Amino acid sequence: MKIEHLNYIYAENTAYQMQALKDINLTIEDGEFIGLIGHTGSGKSTLTQHLNGLLRATDGRILFNGENIYEKDYDMRKLRAKVGLVFQYPEHQLFEVDVLSDVCFGPKNQGLSGEETAARAKEALRLTGISEDLYHWSPFDLSGGQKRRVAIAGVLAMEPEILILDEPTAGLDPRGRDEILGLIAKLHEEKHITVILVSHSMEDVARYVERIIVMNRGEVLFDDAPKAVFAHYQKLEQVGLAAPQVTYVVNRLKERGLPVRTDVTTVEEARDAILEALRQGKSPDKAGGSV
Amino acid sequence: MGIIKAAQLVHEYIRKDDEGQVEEVKRAVDGVDLDVRKGEFIAILGHNGSGKSTLAKHINAILTPTSGTMWVGGRDTGKEEEVWNIRQTAGMVFQNPDNQIIGSVVEEDVGFGPENLGVPSLEIWDRVQESLQAVGMLEYRHHSPNKLSGGQKQRVAIAGVVAMHPECIVLDEPTAMLDPNGRREVIRTVRALNQVEEVTVILITHYMEEVVYADKVIVMDDGKIVMQGTPREIFSRVDELKSYCLDVPQVTLLAHELKCRGVELSDGILTIDELVNELCR
Amino acid sequence: MIRDITLGQYYPADSVLHKLDPRTKLIGTVAFIVSLFLFKNWPGYAAATAFLAAVIVLSRVPFRYMIKGLKAIIILLLITVIFNMFIVPGEVLWDFGLVKVTREGLSQAGFMAVRLIYLIIGSSIMTLTTTPNDLTDGLERVLGPLKLLRVPVHEIAMMMSIALRFIPILLEETDKIMKAQMARGADFENGNLIQRARNMVPLLVPLFISAFRRASDLAMAMEARCYRGGEGRTKMKPLLYEKRDYLAYALLIGYLVLVWLIARHF
Repeated sequence: MKIEHLNYIYAENTAYQMQALKDINLTIEDGEFIGLIGHTGSGKSTLTQHLNGLLRATDGRILFNGENIYEKDYDMRKLRAKVGLVFQYPEHQLFEVDVLSDVCFGPKNQGLSGEETAARAKEALRLTGISEDLYHWSPFDLSGGQKRRVAIAGVLAMEPEILILDEPTAGLDPRGRDEILGLIAKLHEEKHITVILVSHSMEDVARYVERIIVMNRGEVLFDDAPKAVFAHYQKLEQVGLAAPQVTYVVNRLKERGLPVRTDVTTVEEARDAILEALRQGKSPDKAGGSV
Repeated sequence: MGIIKAAQLVHEYIRKDDEGQVEEVKRAVDGVDLDVRKGEFIAILGHNGSGKSTLAKHINAILTPTSGTMWVGGRDTGKEEEVWNIRQTAGMVFQNPDNQIIGSVVEEDVGFGPENLGVPSLEIWDRVQESLQAVGMLEYRHHSPNKLSGGQKQRVAIAGVVAMHPECIVLDEPTAMLDPNGRREVIRTVRALNQVEEVTVILITHYMEEVVYADKVIVMDDGKIVMQGTPREIFSRVDELKSYCLDVPQVTLLAHELKCRGVELSDGILTIDELVNELCR
Repeated sequence: MIRDITLGQYYPADSVLHKLDPRTKLIGTVAFIVSLFLFKNWPGYAAATAFLAAVIVLSRVPFRYMIKGLKAIIILLLITVIFNMFIVPGEVLWDFGLVKVTREGLSQAGFMAVRLIYLIIGSSIMTLTTTPNDLTDGLERVLGPLKLLRVPVHEIAMMMSIALRFIPILLEETDKIMKAQMARGADFENGNLIQRARNMVPLLVPLFISAFRRASDLAMAMEARCYRGGEGRTKMKPLLYEKRDYLAYALLIGYLVLVWLIARHF
């Protein structure tokens, strides 16, 4: 997927006019796992809604598999099946009498046969870890975490090539959050789906993704590997975001003269980096920093 | 006796089938003892379904005990005639900011509580002014709540409770639906209320960073209190916290990991400064 | 965008009319509407026109906002005019065989059209100059005496003001659910009437569930803030008549007396 010079002006020619996206240029390769980060109102949700054609850019274009999606006879419904978008609090869209029929809604809209629809729905439910005895439960009787997984299955059943999740962990407790993030990581690994994870938490995202796009005021601020993005932690702070706590720890240690590597993103990496630095500090030719 | 005291508090949710037969009994709070002194800042931690929200609703007499007793300001919440006094003593802020704002204008919403208490009009105006000032939302008094950010809405909801002049505020996961900025705003406001206005605060959350400033942390699991102590005491028991499906702030976790590898550090490190200082000592 | 729909049609401006007590405006509007049906001749309409024109100028609301409401009743207006034109008996002006247009019919049709137009403009001015909240407050007070007949006036007013607060939220929610279902291939735009109605299910079910959840949350939040009905409640912004309201009532009475005199003597 290729995004070229995308601009979007919200509520044009009214009092509420606002440029929500400014000249966005991005290329998303097959099989990538991307974190899209920005605070509320940074344009990240607006951008994701462009990727599956729910919003139409004021100008610029989006190429999906080489085809311009703004071409006159481009089939938007097909695009929406290929680019699956899971909204925030997706459990709020459940409506069917039982879990299985709800997940069938997407593939049925694609015009698939009954058999194939059911097969896809079951596969999607298996992937999201919903056991068979829940298939005929009412979705409203499930726990919060289960509801959310069913809702994600509803999008997965359309077998998208790109899966976009808008803050999939919002409102969940740590256990629910880890379950969902683990599930997404597994999907990426097993199914080789391109995943775009929209979040405002660096710490959640750092552990999983291989590329981070940071948005601010409708523009792309950084687009790089997590380590490289976190190196700009001071700039991130200015735009209301924060790097993971461990980034601060290693940077502060370095300022205080401990020769520690600063390109760490997780607790484990930070631990190893600090241990290594402390070991070096112990050697007689280096003063200070002993334990 | 403290301002809030619970003795062997039990709450059961009873689900009945269509014929009114008892289908399932779920014990959400199971024999909880609690004693909160005036002016304290208490944080209650626990994953979803641990019973922490059910406990909170008892403090405001939204729920009443199945067995055991809860006293708020010395009043028994089981007594129906005390309900309104109890709700005035202990105000409550809920999770979803949209679903607890009643007024179409910020100041009118803050005035809603005092109106219900029958406070004279002129005094309502004073209270609204004070409360909005206390949460730093005075400049938004004429705004529509719909145009505010999540954190701002939650601060308006807090002002709405403060205007009722409660002795204690219970916040039931006030930050669960907010982004990091909103979360910080709300926690800062709550701390200020506790320190400046000396309001007793009971904060229910599953974000560990938010409990660092509490006087006391209570961890609940399966309806029972399983850990309690100062934040430092609680955070020094990393493995135990993990077993209750709770998160530990990254710094604390990092300190714990380093300690496990033989680095000499004190227990329960809570902030980046502490860790950096100890490592550079 | 769906969320841009503003409810009611309040037009913010700084005018005497905006500042008037909502009760004054409510009673004034009703009195004006009644006056329109008191008389059947030109001098009466001249008085009504003068009164309305004065109010329009005082309101400082652009005239085009007031005639917006007329679009909705244009068909009703046409039917009334045609009906009156053809069926009222009297001096025949034109004879089309089956139907006849009479002088009396023509004037009756004219009067009816003017009445309807004035009625709409008159009530538009009230809603344009009064915020929905003030309007609810005003209604609660004006209808207060109905409490004696066990009409739950306070509850009705409270429900109205809560509805006003939640309509924008539910509109935004509709927009969100609609998009979420469209992302799953739902189609809300094509198909015949029955198909379209069926396609609304994935939108309406979640919307209702959400509305009920909000309602129960809100009820709990209101109780937690000691809400227990209208009794013993005070008001942060009690409605108080000021000098300008008494002046407005005096002018209103003057107008009604004038209308009554015209109706009797001409």
